[in-house]
Amino acid sequence: MAKPRIATAWLDGCSGCHMSLLDLDERLLDVLGMVDLVCSPLMDIKEFPEGVDVTLVEGAVSSSEDLHKIQKIRARTKILVSLGDCAVTSNVPGMRNPFKTEQLFARAYDENADYPPATGVSRRPTVQIPVLQRRARPIHELVSVDVFVPGCPPPAEAILYVLTELLAGRIPNPSLLTRFGM
Amino acid sequence: MSATRTITIDPVTRIEGHGKITLQLDAHGKLVDAQFHVTQFRGFEKFVEGRPLTEMPSIMARICGICPVSHLMASAKACDALLAVEIPPTAVKLRKLMHLAQLVQSHALSFFHLTSPDLMLGMDADPAIRNVVGLAQKHPELLRDGVALRRFGQEIIALLGGKRIHPAWVVAGGVSDPLGAERRDRIAKEIPQAMAIARRTIDWFKTVIECFTAEIESFANFPSLYMGTVSPEGLLEQYDGVLRFVDADGNIVADNIHANDYQKFIGEAVENWSYLKFPYYLPGGYPAGLYRVGPLARLNVIDRCGTPLADAELEIFRLRAGWPAASSFHFHWARLIEIINALEVMQGLLEAPDILDPFVRARARPNRLEGVGISEAPRGTLIHHYKIDRNGQMVWANLIIATGHNNLAISRGVRQVAERFVDGNKLNEGMLNRVEAVVRCFDPCLSCSTHALGQMALHIELHDAEGRIVDEVRRD
Ligand code: SF4
Repeated sequence: MAKPRIATAWLDGCSGCHMSLLDLDERLLDVLGMVDLVCSPLMDIKEFPEGVDVTLVEGAVSSSEDLHKIQKIRARTKILVSLGDCAVTSNVPGMRNPFKTEQLFARAYDENADYPPATGVSRRPTVQIPVLQRRARPIHELVSVDVFVPGCPPPAEAILYVLTELLAGRIPNPSLLTRFGM
Repeated sequence: MSATRTITIDPVTRIEGHGKITLQLDAHGKLVDAQFHVTQFRGFEKFVEGRPLTEMPSIMARICGICPVSHLMASAKACDALLAVEIPPTAVKLRKLMHLAQLVQSHALSFFHLTSPDLMLGMDADPAIRNVVGLAQKHPELLRDGVALRRFGQEIIALLGGKRIHPAWVVAGGVSDPLGAERRDRIAKEIPQAMAIARRTIDWFKTVIECFTAEIESFANFPSLYMGTVSPEGLLEQYDGVLRFVDADGNIVADNIHANDYQKFIGEAVENWSYLKFPYYLPGGYPAGLYRVGPLARLNVIDRCGTPLADAELEIFRLRAGWPAASSFHFHWARLIEIINALEVMQGLLEAPDILDPFVRARARPNRLEGVGISEAPRGTLIHHYKIDRNGQMVWANLIIATGHNNLAISRGVRQVAERFVDGNKLNEGMLNRVEAVVRCFDPCLSCSTHALGQMALHIELHDAEGRIVDEVRRD
């Protein structure tokens, strides 16, 4: 039997949820033996593949690029897992939501910068970079999500439980192993 | 001459966070320019406004899940300054202990999980296996060492702070709980095995370094300034100390810089093609004031490490890599030396007579309206600068993050590698992997600065002057 095809991805997060996955330590090597990891930031595959069984997604949807990515992931994944508070609630990335994008940029690129000299010409980065969305949003606001795993980050045990259940063909309920913020 | 073709590598993989690279070529396939773009913006400097300063360490830690402890440290130190307290000596030692544990786990991740596939499997290896999974199959013993070393650091963080990622234990004024004898002994017991791994890894690395002569020559190998924290005695220091700048010949050009004075030496420039700003050495101007930070820079600015095993390795390093070591490929080697030093310092901290002292937190209300905290993250200096109002609510923040300091050097390094390895008339994947590998040397943490997922295909088409496709590379 073919091994299940697993992927991981990050949107606007801090990598902490991926680090929690690595916190399985030696057990991660066992997990990797049971699955076919087809795409992940830890690998050099650049194009998200078709026909993925399970994708764990960290982070909120914050930019045009995030949006594009999550739509592609959704279309190509059977079971999409929102991994961690940023994915589930928008958490830290969402803290910018009460502010206008213009206010955020003014702080970063006008007030807290000194070059090029202020001449009235805008210093905003606009070339070759994705556009920031007005708000950072949880994944399920944009596409349907099959499993929610809260936590900041979710403990490694919870991630292992979720993966094990999914590999066994069951939909997990991680609520006993996780809580928001933890 | 203006570019006629652009090669895009998106995303750069096996780095922490996301960025992309564009290479601009002229009609003859010659490199015109190269840029490293950081593609996400997060807004911490603004959105903390109105929040109580006591929340800052926990929120700021969420800048980065790989080096959250360094953000905890820089943030807590900025808060200590706002409270105008001197934290208890045992709290300093405990913070240092956690910080060094993090250095070990983060350096292990960078060296083993992210970089060693290039070293062990080869820069030109099949991209489908050039990763941890391929490593697990081909060199399981090496990967197991990496996993064990990372676990060592993460477990100490959890033993001290209650959890491995984003512990809430580091607070304004110190730490929330003292260390007990039982946990101290558990940590001490783990050090010898970690040291054994670190030493056999560095011994192995010194035997293979010769195989990478071409990479050493061209991986961001240029004269520049270096910046890092040193102790008052000029020793390697990750938690507290003063900033020092050294030039390409090893002359100290600025020294004893206190956190509060950072703005006299560091400017921040904006380029319209990256969300990440470009800090520069202010007296040098922009962009001539390019400087590097991180493990390589720290080893270049110090007089000595200050611990015997690390100093013995530093001597070999300076002999073979030169001093100041100019090639960014040597970041990898420098990381291994820093791990050894960290383990030695941790041993000493655990043996300190007052390490179990219960006084670990100074309590005070805000007593100043402005404060700066600096720490050395595994990948370089972090600067957190806060202003509050009289109620202790944040009104303003400025953050300069490790990868920011290296931003100019990374782009320049990308250009150098591309010039050397990328032949615009005949592309191959290994060339492009080298362009990414130079970025990996710096171990950039783009979530730290801002980051993005990128899953766009790497798809490069090379057109001739008439617009016909003459070559094509695809990685998917
Ligand atoms: S949920 Fe927490 S650990 Fe995960 S990406 Fe968000 S801030 Fe980081």
